Amino acid sequence: MSNDELILLNYWPSLFGARVRIALEEKGLKYEYREEDLPNKSPLLLEMNPVYKKIPVLIHNGKPICESNIIAQYIDEVWNDRAPLLPSDPYEKAQARFWASYSDKIRDVGWKITYRKNNEEAVESKNELLEMLKALEGALGDEPYFGGENFGYVDISLIGCYMMFYTYETYANFSIEAECPKLIAWVKRCLERKSVSKSLGDPKIVYEIAVEWGKRLGLGLSTSLSACTVLSSLESEDFWRGRVKINKRDGDH
Amino acid sequence: MGGDEVILLNYWMSMFGARVRIALEEKGLNYEYREEDLQNKSPLLLQMNPVHKKIPVLIHNGKPICESNIIVQYIDEFWNDKAPLLPSDPYEKAQARFWADYIDKKLYDSGGKITWYKNKEDAEEGKKELLEIFKALEGALGDKPYFGGENFGYVDISLIGFYMRFHAYETIANFSIEAERPKLMAWVKRCLERKSVAKSLSDPKTVYETVLKFRKIRGLD
Repeated sequence: MSNDELILLNYWPSLFGARVRIALEEKGLKYEYREEDLPNKSPLLLEMNPVYKKIPVLIHNGKPICESNIIAQYIDEVWNDRAPLLPSDPYEKAQARFWASYSDKIRDVGWKITYRKNNEEAVESKNELLEMLKALEGALGDEPYFGGENFGYVDISLIGCYMMFYTYETYANFSIEAECPKLIAWVKRCLERKSVSKSLGDPKIVYEIAVEWGKRLGLGLSTSLSACTVLSSLESEDFWRGRVKINKRDGDH
Repeated sequence: MGGDEVILLNYWMSMFGARVRIALEEKGLNYEYREEDLQNKSPLLLQMNPVHKKIPVLIHNGKPICESNIIVQYIDEFWNDKAPLLPSDPYEKAQARFWADYIDKKLYDSGGKITWYKNKEDAEEGKKELLEIFKALEGALGDKPYFGGENFGYVDISLIGFYMRFHAYETIANFSIEAERPKLMAWVKRCLERKSVAKSLSDPKTVYETVLKFRKIRGLD
């Protein structure tokens, strides 16, 4: 497999992209990292992910694989001679897929904390997030990792969210550690792994970027738009081409 | 494997439940089917799927597996001696998972804009989105008989259950899926010839009538 060409198209604050970076590192794979400028997506990204036009995309010997959890499973199956990410037992595998799929929803809930319509939506979303994190703590149990003794697929799926924790906590004025100490203990354990520390961006810089996007888009308190409207606008090509505007707050420059 | 106990908790109208029924039939498995009353969920359902409290749930020798696409992969991996549902090649497998995930992300919500419309614009929007989604799926199908290629497989199983809702979508939003997406309908007809599919799909007219009934209950009509 020494002739494998691997390219990862990514945006460094993305918790989905982090999954792929961690999986590649865990397998000890060499790859070319390419940072995408989201308002200015490369022709390669648009060609390799025509359906969603989103990062991350892994390009393996010229062929694209899209959707972060699917990419992580692909990496595990192709490079199956080392560092297994998923369990071998079909039942344990199904449980791992269940929790990885569950962790997909965290970004959407977190979005509503950050770019909320009003205080009520922020509080509601904060409570929803804490419920989800507590359910994940339940799944973790007393094991060091979701994979049991070994760091694996669910750990990889979830740990990228840590980049956003500081943002959520600051926007909604709460402490995830106070509410979910077991989960934060698990976070700290993961951060000791080289694959993770290499792949996660600084949460404080992620927060500054979130604030900047908020200002740029006129989001947050006193905007009349719901977070979901904004999220779907941001995901549309028309928005990035300036054809769809999001109303600014009164008094914004 | 003669001692396997397999129970499926389902709701007859669910396109997600249909996936599991079809997979079980394709593998020739015996199982106990239990119909859930969604207004009155059984203690077993709440116990076996405490996180989402939804059907379908497969209970294999007392242990639950939830989320239809995850259940189908489990069935394929556990009973791996016959009728493979996913490709063996990792790249083809990733493509199959991509399209099954696409169906999950897009079809239910867009179809829901039609079935649960509040005003005409919702239904129109839903119809446009649905036709776009079907176009993308026709592209993925290409000239193959099934999404799985020569063999009926995971993506076919993921999608065909939605056929139960086609009559409802067409009647409510006043269009013909066959006229707009003939390739997709040709694939539907091919799938309906399979015993596993014919056994697992409920009658689209009954589904439509039930949708109308729910619309009244929800105060939409």
